[in-house]
Amino acid sequence: MGVGGARYIRDEKDRIVEVIYESGIKIKTFYGPSDLQEVGFVYEQDLGDPGEYPFTRSIHPGGYRSRAWTMRQYTGFGTPKETNERFKFMISQGQTGLNVAFDLPTQLGLDSDDPLAEGEVGRVGMAVDTLRDFEIAFEGIPLDRIGTGLTINAVASIMLAMYQAVAEKYGYSPQVISATPQNDILKEMIGRGMWIFPVEPSIKLIGDTIEYSMKVMPRTNPVSVCGYHIRESGATPAQEIAYAIQIANTYIEEVVKRGYHVDEFARGITFNFNVFGNLWEQVAKFRAARKLWAKNLKEKWGAKQKQTMFLRGLFGGGGSGLTKEQPIINVVRGAYYALAAALGGAQTTAICSYDEAYTIPTPYSALISLRTLQLLMDEVGLRDTVDPLAGSYFVETLTKQMEEKILEEMAEIDRIGGMKVAVETGYVQRKVARQAYEWHKGLERGEYIKIGVNKYTDPGPLGEEDVKLHEYNPRVAEEQIRSLNEVKRSRNNREVSRCLKDLEVAARQGKNVMPYLLEAVKAYATVGEMTRVFKEVYGEFQEPSIF
Amino acid sequence: MGERIKILIAKPGLDGHDRGAKIVAYALRDAGMEVIYTGLHQTIDQIVSTALQEDVDIIGLSILSGAHLTICEKLIRKLKEVGLDDKPVVVGGVIPKDDIPKLKQLGVKGVFPGGTPLDEIIKTIREIATKREVQ
Repeated sequence: MGVGGARYIRDEKDRIVEVIYESGIKIKTFYGPSDLQEVGFVYEQDLGDPGEYPFTRSIHPGGYRSRAWTMRQYTGFGTPKETNERFKFMISQGQTGLNVAFDLPTQLGLDSDDPLAEGEVGRVGMAVDTLRDFEIAFEGIPLDRIGTGLTINAVASIMLAMYQAVAEKYGYSPQVISATPQNDILKEMIGRGMWIFPVEPSIKLIGDTIEYSMKVMPRTNPVSVCGYHIRESGATPAQEIAYAIQIANTYIEEVVKRGYHVDEFARGITFNFNVFGNLWEQVAKFRAARKLWAKNLKEKWGAKQKQTMFLRGLFGGGGSGLTKEQPIINVVRGAYYALAAALGGAQTTAICSYDEAYTIPTPYSALISLRTLQLLMDEVGLRDTVDPLAGSYFVETLTKQMEEKILEEMAEIDRIGGMKVAVETGYVQRKVARQAYEWHKGLERGEYIKIGVNKYTDPGPLGEEDVKLHEYNPRVAEEQIRSLNEVKRSRNNREVSRCLKDLEVAARQGKNVMPYLLEAVKAYATVGEMTRVFKEVYGEFQEPSIF
Repeated sequence: MGERIKILIAKPGLDGHDRGAKIVAYALRDAGMEVIYTGLHQTIDQIVSTALQEDVDIIGLSILSGAHLTICEKLIRKLKEVGLDDKPVVVGGVIPKDDIPKLKQLGVKGVFPGGTPLDEIIKTIREIATKREVQ
């Protein structure tokens, strides 16, 4: 529970006298044609029809009429076998994409038998040590039809190689598979903490995955830039978009520097944005983001093709908006968050489940989330017409104002020397942590309202009993280590050593490491072994002090 | 006690969610305490060695991954081993109600599940540190 929500100033009769959104925009009592005039709104320039530049309304002319959003609930826990069962359950219930949760050791490139992994194996996601684990996890999943998000960053290159290897093993050509590794290390350094290597080599690895995907896996989106976690860490909605675009620009620069043009690869850069907070601010944020991303590609990078300028992404989650108090109310919050995503034109979505402040979701809570998303598309009319809020005096004024705020935040990052510098020096980390603290104090003072937390706090019958805790099974670690040992016994260790040596040489020479990772993965090298090679060559990230 | 309370805020284990730890660190500092923040991915040995070097009065852990029982048990054992068992340990994060008595039994002096007001955290830490001083 953290940031998120507008500030309301009231008079003694509880009338609202002022409304200030998180991004710093003051909201008027009502809006009319003069407001549009004042912000300089021009339909063709600011919106355009759906599917037309600058794509504020939608990247596709038909919006949800031509295709409902992809539903991709974040799933994974325990052993690959348990995760495979949950994947199949969610697909049988109508889910249209996967989003794999990995446990913390895997995200940090540690094998399940590493002493540092103790107590964490399979806890917050699936444990992966070798290709054998992917073979089990993706058994029976139609990888030509189901796209897969891989929520992993520091070792995304390894997981992408593993995904290609498992697809080939099951008879799918790399040409037809669609993976979306998260692969956004700068946001990990700002917000989620799953970093390993220093900034420079981390960005180099991301460049490798983009370059490789462009040539070998054209349907794969090698990067999902996550404003999401920066927002969770305390950023405003305007900062969320601004920082994400600046991060994406850093990765683009890395690939452009290798001699490619954005039209060759930038369509593989997608986004993950958050949905909690004030409904209108979120909707305006998504619309402004689509426009600014398109302009950024066209004006800054010289994109010619439409598809290059499309902002595609997952808008969803909302974890920080959910509360531990009166947890069942999070079902309702999730529904409104999903509404914000739909009104904002999300191509892909997922929402956090109501019990996520306690534990990872049970099948019960995960299915409620999925049904919420299905209900919006199939029952209440979100597929009827594209961008239904367009033309609203309020929404269009707000969208223009959000655009201004985002541009201001982007300019600030430019002033201090770009996102690489902003992260290396801890500038962004300090800024968002401070904001999170200020917001939290405001919440405790009652300046922001959170139902169940500082208003209507008596839970009545809406207490914790509604949460059926997902139980962590400590035997998962034993089972996983046993399976790892089996793989190590049956693989050709000489071949593994050769592959790891080749990988090291390639990394030292600054070559694209992806073909070498693929070889190593196919020889059943472990995630830990490959990560150790990178650690030796690249070193490790030192967190800047922010206090 | 007239001395300023010195507290170590540590993120043990692999979990990287540090918004809560940072919010608490700011709050304790604003409340007049001296706060040392370890940063992420700390091993038990690193935390104990920082506690020793900095000679802190109290150790605060932030754990959101669910591994709090394993981690607290290891830390307290290690503190005993090096003769620092007089340093009180408190923990905050994603902690189910049922685990609170288990943590207390391990020797954890204060448990702050998500949603605990900052004032309560500050007050409890002050009490624990003061009690230690009196002893």
